[in-house]
Amino acid sequence: MRVFVPSQLRSYTGGRSEVEAEGATLGAVLDDLDRQFPGFRFRVIDEQDRVRRHILLFVGEEREERLLAPISAGAGLFIVGALSGG
Amino acid sequence: MPVFLGQQVHHVVLDPRDRRTLLAASRQWHLGPTVFRSDDGGATFKEAKVPPAFVKGDPRGRAVDHVFWLTPGHPSEPGVWYAGSSPQGLFRSEDGGQSWEPVSGFNDHPEQHKWVGSDKDQTPDGGKLHSILVDPRDPAHLYLSMSGGGTFESTDRGADWKPLNSGVAMDFAPPKEDGSEYPYGHDPHCMIQHPANPDRLYQQNHCGIYRMDRPEGRWIRIGKNMPAEVGDIGFGIVSNPRNPDCAWVFPMDGTGDWSRTPPSGRPALFRTRDAGASWQRCDVGFPKENAWWTVKRQALAADSGSPMGLYLGTTSGEVWSSQDEGDSFSCLFRHLPQIHAVTVGEPA
Repeated sequence: MRVFVPSQLRSYTGGRSEVEAEGATLGAVLDDLDRQFPGFRFRVIDEQDRVRRHILLFVGEEREERLLAPISAGAGLFIVGALSGG
Repeated sequence: MPVFLGQQVHHVVLDPRDRRTLLAASRQWHLGPTVFRSDDGGATFKEAKVPPAFVKGDPRGRAVDHVFWLTPGHPSEPGVWYAGSSPQGLFRSEDGGQSWEPVSGFNDHPEQHKWVGSDKDQTPDGGKLHSILVDPRDPAHLYLSMSGGGTFESTDRGADWKPLNSGVAMDFAPPKEDGSEYPYGHDPHCMIQHPANPDRLYQQNHCGIYRMDRPEGRWIRIGKNMPAEVGDIGFGIVSNPRNPDCAWVFPMDGTGDWSRTPPSGRPALFRTRDAGASWQRCDVGFPKENAWWTVKRQALAADSGSPMGLYLGTTSGEVWSSQDEGDSFSCLFRHLPQIHAVTVGEPA
């Protein structure tokens, strides 16, 4: 699936704003991103598996915070630096 | 040139053991906490492979909001570092800061939740663990302080901890009916251990300036010897590495609304050369009036020179220095963002 990477995380993706990742759930996609870009997951999800306070995740147009939420391959994952984080 | 522009660096420390390894505790608003590591004195940095984090599934649901403090380990344990976090957590690295593990003896101590209290017992930006001190005579002998929570001591490398707060005021709690003291829950802002006389401890607390000479276990409020119109509230405290009786503080207004700015808008350090029996105002070079910045606890530093140099970073983005132990000050840098930390290192 396509993953859209916010500016705050592009130091992990070599500057790319869009990358590919695989996984049947939101958690699995983030795990794959962490395999490709070490350290990525911890900047999005804290040690208690909570989405960080100022990060928003959208699967397609729907906000999602459940790591076990299923993801269809056709939907994009949009990672957004929330306005609340400045 | 800025490094990590846009991130808050709460502490940056050069390893005095190799004088090359530099760790920086960073918080990025969106991405949260991490530690960056340089092995070339700051020319290049890499993020820790396993940053400080509480145990997954922590029964209290704790997650590190920011890494607040960094302390190199004992000289006999190269590569060991300690980190303190907000909320209050203690972490240890054995590989020079590349990977971090929670110190279970502290984080999971059955009394720890009582020590730190509730949300209303924390400093405004969240409770913090700081002033991790490693006894230069014994790597198993540790101190740490918490805002809030108080000061604690371990003699077994962090496996168990005991409070060390006797004699410290706690003006934000009612007197106990039986006249006894609260054993913990205090708000030490900064604690230091003198390198040449490790039995000498100083503490700048939310409620005063204190000294303790071990094995004594009771703090003496040396801040009572400060001028009454200045008071003895502040964030940081430093000592002269060659003279345990010599220390400096930067007082701030702890009255009324707690502005945390210099009393009357007149910044000054206060210096003692007799272990707190008397204090001298040191303000030559500072603005004489209408200066409303303050100096955070990691932003007051001393070097090991003779005469000793003092360095302070302000909340208004200035760095000031004294090269004559506080007799006079000059401004080194202006127009920086709010300064969280100024530390001194001697690169290889």
